[in-house]
Amino acid sequence: MAKRIDVNALNVYYSKFLAVEDISINIEPKSVTAFIGPSGCGKSTFLRTLNRMHEVIPGGRVEGEVLLDGDDLYGPGVDPVTVRSQIGMVFQRPNPFPTMSIKDNVLAGVKLNGKKISRSDADSLVEKSLRGANLWNEVKDRLDKPGSGLSGGQQQRLCIARTIAVKPDVILMDEPCSALDPISTLAIEDLINELKSDYTVVIVTHNMQQAARVSDKTAFFNIAGTGKPGKLIEYNETAAIFSNPEQKATEDYVSGRFG
Amino acid sequence: MSVMTSNKHSATPTPPSRKRNSLSKGKLPRWAVPATAAGAIIIGAALSTLTGFSVATFAIYSAVLFVLAATVLTAVVEGKRQGRNAMWTYLIYGSFLLALIPLASVLYTVLEKGLPGMSSHFLFTSMNGVTGAVDNQTVADGTPVLGGAYHALMGTLLITLWATVISVPVGMLTAIYLVEYGKNGPLSKAITFFVDVMTGIPSIVAGLFAAAFFGLILGPNARMGIVAAVALSVLMIPTVVRSTEEMLKIVPNELREAAYALGVRRWRTILKVVIPTAISGIASGVTLAIARVIGETAPILVTAGIASQINTNVFANWMSTLPTFIYYQILTPTSPTNIDPSVQRAWAAALLLILMVMALNLGARLIASLFAPKKGR
Repeated sequence: MAKRIDVNALNVYYSKFLAVEDISINIEPKSVTAFIGPSGCGKSTFLRTLNRMHEVIPGGRVEGEVLLDGDDLYGPGVDPVTVRSQIGMVFQRPNPFPTMSIKDNVLAGVKLNGKKISRSDADSLVEKSLRGANLWNEVKDRLDKPGSGLSGGQQQRLCIARTIAVKPDVILMDEPCSALDPISTLAIEDLINELKSDYTVVIVTHNMQQAARVSDKTAFFNIAGTGKPGKLIEYNETAAIFSNPEQKATEDYVSGRFG
Repeated sequence: MSVMTSNKHSATPTPPSRKRNSLSKGKLPRWAVPATAAGAIIIGAALSTLTGFSVATFAIYSAVLFVLAATVLTAVVEGKRQGRNAMWTYLIYGSFLLALIPLASVLYTVLEKGLPGMSSHFLFTSMNGVTGAVDNQTVADGTPVLGGAYHALMGTLLITLWATVISVPVGMLTAIYLVEYGKNGPLSKAITFFVDVMTGIPSIVAGLFAAAFFGLILGPNARMGIVAAVALSVLMIPTVVRSTEEMLKIVPNELREAAYALGVRRWRTILKVVIPTAISGIASGVTLAIARVIGETAPILVTAGIASQINTNVFANWMSTLPTFIYYQILTPTSPTNIDPSVQRAWAAALLLILMVMALNLGARLIASLFAPKKGR
């Protein structure tokens, strides 16, 4: 559980368009790393390269290497499906499977892969995952009801439960709170703090207070202009990024003087 | 400007006894529109009588008078914009009624002429042994008409079933390729083009294709149910592809990504997430495709021929379906001198066919609501 990620000189393309250029970053295990930066700077694109979700988009490809505890995700013969089962992802908008109950949503990673699981194992996995996502007490009486009947914040926690049910090493979160109200956001942030003890968490956020609250280290991405590739400007302890950044651009961004 | 005009409007009515809502303008009383309608009907009847009364002219005169009068009245009392709104509203209702007339008329005629011939005897007996002499005897004795459409009913069910069995897998897999794998590649563009071309194939051509194709393999006169099923599936496949494609397209990409992110393989994602999410739409699309081909006549005639006895084997011998049964009963009545029994059988078969299509449409709705993603807490 909880592996480290090392990225070396990664370029990310959409067909011929270079979207993110020359990223090198080391992400420690059992830590929360936040990616901040203006819209369109490539932080979500970069995040999606960390579990090979980028190539799902037609024309999406990368150059460079991403090492998960030393194993290159983009090495020859690596099955993206294996990668994704070890590096889970939570999306911007909660996306529970509409045809499935709450329980089946949690078990989706197991059941969709056609693995056999005994009823008692399934029940304990559901409870463990939902407890892990701080959702158990709210849904334990309606596990057979559809997941789409939950509130937005609950749906997002359901998606987190679904992700941790496949027991990944790393959890990537792409603006997980941007569609949620402050109370639900708080619930997710508390959850991220708890997840840190078992998983490596990487979170993209537009909310700098959120980055400051939840993360150990913060990476600031920026873009020189439209059509230019996004770059990693500064990567440091979160406290340093917010109180004493080395780069002028970072300081401008975190202090709100950007643009 | 606008303030001035609205002032002018609110100033026109006589000074109100109590304070009126300054936001409300002149409004037609509730009875005005029904009254106009009644007036239009009366005057329409009168005008129609002047030129020799007929239902058609009566309806047309009344409708035109009503739309004109109601529009002018609303425009004068409520203002120009409301007048225009009234005109379009009534025109839209009018076209709806106009579109409803053929449907209601068909239903009425088929019920009126088909119900007398509808009986358990009709439903469960074939035409085997029913000859012109039998019909002549029936007319002479005034006994109930003998012979029924059981063989044609079975033919319709079996041929349509086989057509469905052939077209649904082919059509669904094509649509899955187009949406999930082909993206916008040259092959998927070509497939889309040819599916569109197939949509426009006249049904008789599909029938000739199937007849010629099986003729090459099995020799001439290879007429049987399965050949008809192939002909119908040529007509069904494009419909199934199109409707499935549309349904798969509206499955949100987020769901596919959610499954991929859980480490689920693509084909399993399609099978377990995409298709279940779209299944209600796909199922109703398939049912409507069946409803479309169940009434085909020409391709059946050239592929399955015509039969008067029960044949439930689609792989041998000729078969009748309800449409070919109707066609033959009308065109070549069993007894050329007493055509009434044949006509009655044809109408009863027509009623049966309409009922089947209706049942299919209702079934499509039922399937759609059964499979639809569950809502609720």
